[in-house]
Amino acid sequence: MRLCVGDKEKEGDLVRVGIPRTLSFFTYYPLWKPFFEALGAEVVVSPISNKALLDEGVRETVNDACVPIKLFHGHVAALKDRVDILFIPRLVSIDGKVTLCPKFLGLPDMVRCSISGLPEIIESRLDLKKGRFELYRFMFRVGQRITDNKLRIIGAIWRARYSFYCYRKLLLHGFTPLEAFPLLEKGIIPPPKVNNGEIKLAVLGYPYALYDDYVSVNLLKKLEGQGVSVVTPEMVPEQMMKKASKKLPKNLFWYYSNRVVWASIHYLQDKSIDGIIHVTAFGCGPDAMTNKLVELEAKQQGKVPCMSITIDEHTGDAGVDTRVEAFVDLLKRKKGIL
Amino acid sequence: MKISFPYMGTSHIAISYLLSGLGHEVIYPPAPTKKTLSLGVQYAPEFACLPFKILLGTYLEAVEAGADSLVTSGGFGPCRAGYYGELHKRILHDLGYPVEMLVLEPPLRAPVDFYRRVSRLVRPQTSWSNFYRIFRIGWEKLRTLDNLEARLHELRPLTLSQKYLTAAYEQGLEGVRAAQTVDTVKVAGAEAIVEMGNVPLDMTRKPLRIGIIGEIYVVLEPFANHDIEKILGEMGCYIHRSIFLTNWTRDNTLIDGEKDVRASAVPYLNQLVGGHGQNSIGETVRYAENGYDGVIQLAPFTCIPEIVAKSIMPTISRDKGIPVLTLFLDEQTGRAGIETRLEAFLDLLRQKRMQQEAS
Repeated sequence: MRLCVGDKEKEGDLVRVGIPRTLSFFTYYPLWKPFFEALGAEVVVSPISNKALLDEGVRETVNDACVPIKLFHGHVAALKDRVDILFIPRLVSIDGKVTLCPKFLGLPDMVRCSISGLPEIIESRLDLKKGRFELYRFMFRVGQRITDNKLRIIGAIWRARYSFYCYRKLLLHGFTPLEAFPLLEKGIIPPPKVNNGEIKLAVLGYPYALYDDYVSVNLLKKLEGQGVSVVTPEMVPEQMMKKASKKLPKNLFWYYSNRVVWASIHYLQDKSIDGIIHVTAFGCGPDAMTNKLVELEAKQQGKVPCMSITIDEHTGDAGVDTRVEAFVDLLKRKKGIL
Repeated sequence: MKISFPYMGTSHIAISYLLSGLGHEVIYPPAPTKKTLSLGVQYAPEFACLPFKILLGTYLEAVEAGADSLVTSGGFGPCRAGYYGELHKRILHDLGYPVEMLVLEPPLRAPVDFYRRVSRLVRPQTSWSNFYRIFRIGWEKLRTLDNLEARLHELRPLTLSQKYLTAAYEQGLEGVRAAQTVDTVKVAGAEAIVEMGNVPLDMTRKPLRIGIIGEIYVVLEPFANHDIEKILGEMGCYIHRSIFLTNWTRDNTLIDGEKDVRASAVPYLNQLVGGHGQNSIGETVRYAENGYDGVIQLAPFTCIPEIVAKSIMPTISRDKGIPVLTLFLDEQTGRAGIETRLEAFLDLLRQKRMQQEAS
């Protein structure tokens, strides 16, 4: 199954590994990029999400899938002719306890059955339920597809680990992934961001919906422009997540959904937020549960205002604008700022 | 306890027997109707799947009728259904109904919890030995009900009188309901099968053979799938249903069954995706290998595992040459729409068969 990397290297070319810029990208890109680069491959990332990509995705995917999955297919279609190998790992469990949404579990199979003319795919299984070191074993397996040199793989894992550590730190310092990526490139970790907005909102949702400006219709920037300081699930420290998880009688079964619910519990108990915006994709299965739980939690813990924004392939700028403005104005009035 | 439970196909006959045998007052769940569904839709999250909405509606009706406890099944994902008990409870409490929810988690995954819930059902009223006796009868009832239904599917396309066949089947259900020991259940079942066999049949017909796959609730509950099995039977198709409640319960609680089905799915989907996603793939492959004419996949709208399965279906269909029709069902689905799509699908299957016979 190994690529003819040796031949490629003789020609002076690098193997091009394609990583779609969506779904787990916002969680794991700083891990994969230095890893593949240290292995001597060139990392090609698909373009920033746009209308053309989504349209392409909508054409290729089953109509019942949610927008992020359709967009993912679009990203893969955009990459397929530009790379030698596509990196679509089968993420089964990334915290060792619960799985991800079933669509993540079946993702490589869905892509392979929906899009024709694909290059080779790395679809190794990452299931941290198997043990503590599974992440490194997984990376080793992936590395062996690129190079024979075991020492080089271990070195690459080491470098990737450091970059990932810095990335997590940046997130906890209050930077969004999009702000964190350039900082990582420069290798600097600035002190925690000070938020001095007039009101503070917890914007909850999955990384691939929140931080993809095309999917979220620029929601985060819009809020910042209105003098709102924003907190997201990625900014909650791990211990706090754990503490929040104990408040639920039964946790959900999906990694990202759990984090959204836990983050909402954390921020609600903090009493530091003025409201919650839940960003969800049309037809998202886990979110049907998540949304209701967040809503009920907000209601129980002091009636914190809660709004959910559903995103689909037709979501328009103006519609979201109006709703967000109205919500923010309402909260400001409640606080006596307006 | 005034206890109630979800409605699914004919299983209510056995479950109500079990619960009343344990000394509880059973609030019989009303068969789901449009009203049930719209009650559920009103309070359920918008993108929850059809079973969630029907169950919530059923619970609300049962609670209004006086139930103070509800029994349901749990699970550990990745299918959403495992969380439904918990969320139903929270929604009902939020609406001001302080019901007790007895969620039976899979015994292999959560043995202590399972024991606790079951003993909550058993101990206050009766003894474990009585529970064992009642449980055996209840289980036998479930099995007999499944057998009767399978027989009904076999006979429907061949019978000359749908009316008589349905009457014989319903009489059989009554017999099973009335029986009070394992032996009488068996006798009632055997009698019903003989009675159904007495219906005049036309053995010269060669009905289309269709496999039904998909998510368990919409496959088993006629209200959710607009009685698709009856529609197909009366259109002259032999239905083979992939899921029966007893097989499923056995394979998913006490032993890890269905391995062979999953093995058939591996070339296309080498990963459990929760619910019946992988089974749907595996069963389609097996129906194709067993020479079925077509497969119908039933799933509730936004059902994640079945969406994964559906996106893989065209590849299987191409590889194995088996036509697959996927029906996603929700509260907007109309019976006429389903009938039209089924008729078109069956026409295609008939033509395909004629072409095969000609060549």
